[in-house]
Order: sequence, then structure tokens, then C-alpha cells
Amino acid sequence: MNAILQFLHPLIDPASIPFLLWTTLAKSIGLLCIVLVMVSYTVYAERRVSSLIQDRLGPNRTGFPLSLFGNLFGIKWRDWSPILGGLGQPIADAVKLLLKEEFTPAFVKKFYFWIAPGLGIGAAIVSLAVIPFGSKIWGVDMVIANIDIGPLFVFAISSLGVYGIVLAGWSSNSKYPFLGAVRSTSQLISYELSLGLSVVPLFMIVGKLNLVDLVSYQVQNGWMILPGITAAKPHLPGTLGSYLIIVPILISFIVFTIAMFAETNRLPFDLPEGETELVGGYHTEYSSLKFALFFLGEYTAMITGSSFIVTLFLGAWHFPGIPEGGAPSLAGLLLGFVNIGVFFVKVIAFLLFFIAIRWTLPRFRYDQLMKLGWIYFFEIALVNIFLTALILAFVP
Amino acid sequence: MSPTLFWIFAAITLGFGAATLINRNPVASALSLAVSFLGLAALFTSLSATFIGIVQVLVYAGAVMVLFLFIIMLLDLKAEQRRQVRLSALIGGVVIAGLFASQVVLVLRHFPKGNHEFPPLSLPHPDAVNIGLTLFGHYNLPFQVIGVLILVASIGVVVLSKRELN
Amino acid sequence: MAYKVSRPNLTFAEKIYLPSVLAGLRITLGHLWRMLRGKTHVVMQYPEEKWDSHLPEYYRGAPTLVRDEHGRTRCVSCQLCEFICPPRAIRIKPGEIPAGDKFGKVEKYPAEFDIDMLRCIYCGLCQEVCPEQAIFLQKQYALTGTARTQLMHNKEKLLEMGGIKTGLVNKWNEKK
Repeated sequence: MNAILQFLHPLIDPASIPFLLWTTLAKSIGLLCIVLVMVSYTVYAERRVSSLIQDRLGPNRTGFPLSLFGNLFGIKWRDWSPILGGLGQPIADAVKLLLKEEFTPAFVKKFYFWIAPGLGIGAAIVSLAVIPFGSKIWGVDMVIANIDIGPLFVFAISSLGVYGIVLAGWSSNSKYPFLGAVRSTSQLISYELSLGLSVVPLFMIVGKLNLVDLVSYQVQNGWMILPGITAAKPHLPGTLGSYLIIVPILISFIVFTIAMFAETNRLPFDLPEGETELVGGYHTEYSSLKFALFFLGEYTAMITGSSFIVTLFLGAWHFPGIPEGGAPSLAGLLLGFVNIGVFFVKVIAFLLFFIAIRWTLPRFRYDQLMKLGWIYFFEIALVNIFLTALILAFVP
Repeated sequence: MSPTLFWIFAAITLGFGAATLINRNPVASALSLAVSFLGLAALFTSLSATFIGIVQVLVYAGAVMVLFLFIIMLLDLKAEQRRQVRLSALIGGVVIAGLFASQVVLVLRHFPKGNHEFPPLSLPHPDAVNIGLTLFGHYNLPFQVIGVLILVASIGVVVLSKRELN
Repeated sequence: MAYKVSRPNLTFAEKIYLPSVLAGLRITLGHLWRMLRGKTHVVMQYPEEKWDSHLPEYYRGAPTLVRDEHGRTRCVSCQLCEFICPPRAIRIKPGEIPAGDKFGKVEKYPAEFDIDMLRCIYCGLCQEVCPEQAIFLQKQYALTGTARTQLMHNKEKLLEMGGIKTGLVNKWNEKK
């Protein structure tokens, strides 16, 4: 274990290794617990919010004791069941998927068919390692790996997630998964470009390629898309450049958000699994737990994407009026947890936005998708970099 | 960095590199190459060159290999047929490989700093900054020229592939 | 033959698409908001709320056998329904009414009358074809069972579901 840490941080002081070891372990496990619970409840929220948008109610029966005991303590839970019921749905879903038949079709390429689901979810979870999900607790940074090239790490690992989809489609040895995989690959590769290019302006402004530095910049100078929202300086900055710089940031926010929709295969970019055209897309031949892994991987990617957007543009854990935690005292400890809470509230808000968009926009046609990615977003992102450079260089 | 980890990642890099050549199935070859790139990225990271390591993953494993895989799958290449290896070709290959290996060994033995450990680098900036400063400061002109060269090449590809352009 | 479709000339706001995204979001979120405040009531909470009272007269639920005012099973076992039934769900075993019986002039009655509700498709042809107005598709729709045999409706079950239906043509009463 010490060797691994020495390996990851060659300059680290060997004496601090045990401390680093258990804090990292605690952070990883804690984040994983939060994220996995969030994944299952994102699936539930997706179903509920979708239903509500369509004037339905959605799954509202599978409750925790609420609906189990009926009229317990004289309180009619039934009155609340359209709102509170259904909170046990993720557990029921998980049990259902676990107990389903684990079916492997006869003509699949077994090895690749088996490793494909893991690659997808693995990539989505590993990218979370560099996201600063909180300020500090007892002086420990709430980021698992504070590396100097955080955003590149996220892009690199999430680009590996394509392998899961490609292998699933190819190894299924069936036409619909294959078509889904081909679509997915070209879509992901196309939008990775604009995704990567659109965040460059942010790091030009901050001057560092480190997500923790980016967040502390936002704490001091206001959120990226809402400058002036800051605890330290509750007034707008005065210079012309600081106003003009909002334009490229907004452009990059829009491009990044839309590219993120495409990267996570969400509607309106869900061509890889367009149900009406491709049955189920790349996971058509999968069942039971393997399918569940794909499903969860997709939602984990959504959460990773939302956390990334929140970190880059929406001030991560910062909220006006809530000071940074981290001081070694009870108040500091509580504030640290509040900061983590703020981060996840923002992530959840963004996930709800994901879901609302799903029922707002129809699916793109494939040529429109490619045109949007290559002809518009790629160019817009490139020009945006020049725009930022010009503003930074010539406007004070 | 710990030597154990170095050996592990070196073994991964070389082992999967060899698997790339040995595998008869093109998809398996491509995937082995991707894993080999990952091992290489870990080696770069261990040399404090995090940026290069991550870019290795991002560009090669994440984009180039996916495109390779994509094309292999689209063309639906079958596993390569096993061929009869001629004795003369085998002998020639072994001799050339042996000559090359002995040359490498000779060079490395005379390389003065080849067999003692370097202290870990302590650079003033993160390596991304160093690369930026070097690339856009010292080697600015070559960088721009290469950029133009690549642009010309890609325009050439577009022109060649669209023959019926008016 | 190919023909040219005239495309509308879009304004800049329409071309960049984002204003329409926002307009769409307003609609979806509007639905969400109205739903959250309980203003929309479109779906029913099935086991608690049922639509029995909203069912129209012509609703085609499960086929049932009916009796007339005198308690006689209206079916005379002519087996027309058995012949017309598309999924062949109906099985009738005719029986004879002895001459001295109160309903002796009807001559036949169904000794056994089974409808396999696992096969029934609720098409209503049996009701339509019945010359005696003896079989009706009534409003029972929630048929459940824990075994297949429970959904094999026999004569007793069908009569119990059907009940007594009055105001129909009672041609046997006039017959000498």
C-alpha cells in the first residue's frame, strides 16, 4: 500500500503515508456510498419526475414501512403515498434484476461480452476521483485525488468508457446492438472534442489545470457563470474585462452542457439506444445483472457529468452565505459536511435538469447530430478559446 | 517510485504489446494495444509526467484505439490465417532480432548513467505548465510549422476523399 | 418522383434553437408544477379508486349467464355461442327438461356451461348471437385467480355473476 502511494506521489513525505492512506480510503468509500445510493435514486427520480411531467404518478407503491403498515399511529400514510410512497422502488428493482435469469446468448463472444458492462460503469466511477465534492473536513481536502490535470483525467477516463459500449455491441453478434455501438462510438468521439475544447477558456482564466484551484478561484471571484456570487466580495467586479469574460464562459457552459448530454447518451442524443429504431441499442442482448451494470453505468455517468459541470461552472460546494468548513472544530466539521451537502444538492438539481430536458426535446436525426457536433460545436468551442484569449490579453 | 510497481507496469506494457502481435483476432490485438497504452501511461505518471500519461490515455487509448476498433468492427475482419513459416525467413528474423538486441545492450552498457537511480524530479511548475512553456516558448516555431503541416495533410485528405468536388 | 419541399425561413432565434428549448422546458416544468400542486388529476390510483361507476352501459366485461324473473336460466342450450366463439372458450353440454316440469315447454337447458376465461377475448359475439338473450357481457373486468382452474367459469359461477335480468323478451311465456 505504501508503495502505491509512493508511486502516486513520488514527492510525498513517507511519514504522512498512513494518514493519507486511511483518509483516502474513507473518502473513496464515502463517495462511493453516496454516489451509488444517488444512482439508484436517480433511476427512481427519473421515473417519478418523468411521470409527473406526463401527468402520471409513477411508481408510488413500493414503500418503506410507510406503506407497509398502512394506518400506523393513526396517521393515514395513504394520503401521503402518492408523494412519499415508492421510495423502496430502487431496492425492489435491484432485487428484481438480481433474481432474473442470467442469460448469455449462444453466439456471443463470451469474454468480451462479459467484460463490457464492467468497463462502462468502471470508467464512470473512476472519473469521480478528481472531483472536489466538498471543501475540507478537519483539514483534509474533500477530493480523492488532487492531481494537477483533473479535467484531462476526467476526459481520459470517460473516453475509456466507450470501450464498454463498443465491445458490448460487437460481442453481442447481433445487428441492433452493433448498430447502437457504431452510433455510440462515433457520437462519443465527435462530442469529446467539443467537450474538451469548451472547458479550455475556464482554465485560461484561472491559469491552472487543477480542479481544486478552479473551485477556490470560484469561491473568491464568484461562480463561473454567475460572477459576483461570492462570500468574500459581495459586489460585482469593476473592470470591463471581468464583464466581457462572461460571454465566452456562457458560450462554453452551453456547449459543454450540450456535449455532456451527448456524452452520456441522454435524450435528445440517445441515438445509441433509440428504442424505436434499435430495440435497446448496445445492451439489447444483455439481461439480469449485466444489464443492470450498463444501466447503472449510464446513470453514474450522468452523475459524474453533473458533478463535473457543477465543479466547473456552478461553484462546486460554494454557496453564498455558507462559509468554508475545515477548521478543526465542531463548527468547521459541520460546515464541511454542509459544503458536501451543497455540492450534492447542486448535482441533484442538475440531474433534474437532465430529466426535464429528456421530456422536452425530441431525438435528433443522425446527420443533425453529427452536423451539430462537427460543424457547430467544434468551431464554436475553438473560436471561444480565441475570444477568451483576446479578452484576457487586451481588455483589462 | 517503487521498483515493484515499475516492474508490474513494465510487464503489463510489454506483455500486452507482445499480445498485440501474437493475437490472431484483430479486435483482441487492438484491445491488447489499448491495455499496453494504459501501462505506458502509468509508467509516464510514475516519472512525474502526469500530463503525458493522461494524454497518452486520452489520445491513444481513448480516441485512436477506439477508432481502430471501430474500423476493425465495421470491416468485420476475421481472425488471421495461420501461415507456413519458411525456415529462411525464421532464421533471418532471429538473426536480425539478435543483432538489434545486442546493439541495444552494447549501447546501454556504455551509457554512463544507465545503471543508477535518479532522484525524483522537483520541478518549479506542474508538468503541464512545463510542457506549455517549452512548447509555446522554446519550440514555438516548430510547433506552428507542425500545426500547419497537419492542417495541410487533413485538407489533402478531404480533397482526395472527395474526388467529385467541383 | 422527387419533389421539393419548401422549408420555412427561420429567424435567428429559431436557428440557434435555445429559445425553443426554453419554451419547451417551460411546458414540461409547467406540467410538473401543476402535478406537484395536485391540480391535474388524470390517472386513477387503481385499487383505491376504481372506474366502476364511470363504466358505460355497453361495457364488455366478462360474459355471464342471466336468469329471468321466474328464476329460469334463460339459456336453452342451442350452442350458437359455442359455435361462434372465436377462441372456442365456451363448452356447453345440453340437458333435457322433463315434460312435466314447470318450464317443460322450453325442452332444453344447459346441463353444463363452461367458459374458459383464459381464452375468452371479450369480443361479445356470444351475446350478439344469442337468440334467447341469455348471455351478456357485463361489467366484471377484474378476474383474477391463483390457479388456472379458478378461471374456468362453470354454470353456477356464470349464473351467479349474471344475476337476474328483467325487461327482456320472454317468448316462452306466451308459448302454449
